[in-house]
Amino acid sequence: MSRAAVAAAGLAGLALLSLTIGVGDFDAFDLTSDRASQRLLWVSRLPRTLAVLLTGASMATAGVIMQVIARNRFVEPTTAGTGQGAALGLLAVTLFAPATPLFLRMAAASLAALASTAVFLVIVRRLPPTQPLLVPLVGLVYGGVLGAAETFIAYQADLLQYLAVWLNGEFSGVLAGRYELLWVSGAVAALAYLVADRFTIASLGRDASLGLGLNYRRIVGLGLAMVAIITALVVVTVGMIPFVGLVVPNLVSRVMGDNLRRTLPWVALTGAGLVLVCDILGRLIRYPYEIPVGTVFGVVGSVLFLYLLLHEPRRAA
Amino acid sequence: MIEIDRVSHGFGRSPVLRDVSLRIPKGGITALIGPNGAGKSTLLSLMARLIPLQAGRIAFDGLDVSRTPSNELALKLAVLRQDTAIATRLTVRDLVTFGRYPRSGGRPGPEDHAAVGRALAEFDLGSLAGRFLDELSGGQRQRAFVAMTFAQAADYLLLDEPLNSLDLTYARALMHRLRSLADDHGRTVVVVLHDINYAAAWADRIVALREGAVVAEGTPAEVIRPDHLRSIYGVRISVIRHGDAPLALHHLADPG
Repeated sequence: MSRAAVAAAGLAGLALLSLTIGVGDFDAFDLTSDRASQRLLWVSRLPRTLAVLLTGASMATAGVIMQVIARNRFVEPTTAGTGQGAALGLLAVTLFAPATPLFLRMAAASLAALASTAVFLVIVRRLPPTQPLLVPLVGLVYGGVLGAAETFIAYQADLLQYLAVWLNGEFSGVLAGRYELLWVSGAVAALAYLVADRFTIASLGRDASLGLGLNYRRIVGLGLAMVAIITALVVVTVGMIPFVGLVVPNLVSRVMGDNLRRTLPWVALTGAGLVLVCDILGRLIRYPYEIPVGTVFGVVGSVLFLYLLLHEPRRAA
Repeated sequence: MIEIDRVSHGFGRSPVLRDVSLRIPKGGITALIGPNGAGKSTLLSLMARLIPLQAGRIAFDGLDVSRTPSNELALKLAVLRQDTAIATRLTVRDLVTFGRYPRSGGRPGPEDHAAVGRALAEFDLGSLAGRFLDELSGGQRQRAFVAMTFAQAADYLLLDEPLNSLDLTYARALMHRLRSLADDHGRTVVVVLHDINYAAAWADRIVALREGAVVAEGTPAEVIRPDHLRSIYGVRISVIRHGDAPLALHHLADPG
């Protein structure tokens, strides 16, 4: 329990730190009297910090779910065509129905993400189970093909700028009124916790799930929907942030195992904390300019991931 | 009792089971034997509703597997397949606790924890309870999975070639434990076995399949006979007696 308290306190400290960092004049000690600082806090600093936390927590959760339903540790929504699918859906809506309200754009992005991830799963099921590394490789190729198609369409339609915003996540544009959809993705991640046991059993395989009386197809379908919704919401609001869903679950699994009832809160917490650290770094490194969080996370995440790969857990026989 | 009535099954065009009818009485160990491709594993998977039935009917104590809800069947029968390459990092205790899922619905109570404790003790896993599955040897992991099916406390236990990948010490210990499940806990064990001598030594009944049909069934002494073995495996095998059980000398050259 105390470990959780320490982690929560650490995250709260980071969040407070995040509130104080930025280019605008901000006086944390004068908040009661300084109205400009108050406004800055409510309109920009707090929304940005919350957006970072929600994104980190829900993308890490989506990563775990993706790994369960693909039965492979090395996949995540951005390497399984999910993010690209969401962007494709958005692109289609922007092209054919530019006046569509946000909620419907959201739905289109989610459906496209769902479809592209389902196709990925169908492909993956045909790969030999003895070659687990084929799965992420196929995912990268598949995502690349979808990405190329998007780039071509966007180039033809003069929409490359939009595509860049969706595919490269960063938080500098987050203001009150423009990030609130992320609460929905946070809520979906919280829902995942309610069915954590089922996901853990699903990770033991189809036969084990059926043997325990669970409907395996339904669990996979549910996971697929959750991954698609979370990813689509993140792509719509802040853009794709690669690696979070890959690195964080593997990190937590190494330390605490895969009993999701126990580990999912840690996955969410670690995801939120790690993305927040990277966002803070991105704001500080070349202050007053910013480095996109995706770039910082790419560096930090790959170092962490290399560490995980090179330090295999101990095994008997 | 397990009733199997006129079950046929095929993958694509090739038939795997042809009109199999079988009664497996409650209690004891029943071994399914036969050459590769005889349909043993398919029959077991159909019994465990891991594959949907195409034709025929299978019922456990009157519960039809294709009509009874899956979670209800999970209270009646537990299944262990060779689902190799388990990548999930669960502790042995957590894994065995998931065996209680059909009863606990994910909220294990005192009764469930007691059952998990008994399963860990029964399979000698007490000292390994906190270890992750990927830190165990193949034999230990196998034991953990059998303990999980034991904790499920179902009347029927279906195991698909559980001796694969076990060396002879573990293989013997596992058969010993299955024997005790049947004798001391009143479970009915149905097990697919590759080695007919394990079946002869440990099972109460043997069902032999060949090309999707039952070719012999009965006690080990009734089934493990040169004439039956010839019709099951298509080769000539001498059989001697060792103690009470027949012993097939299948590893020796054709007696000529």
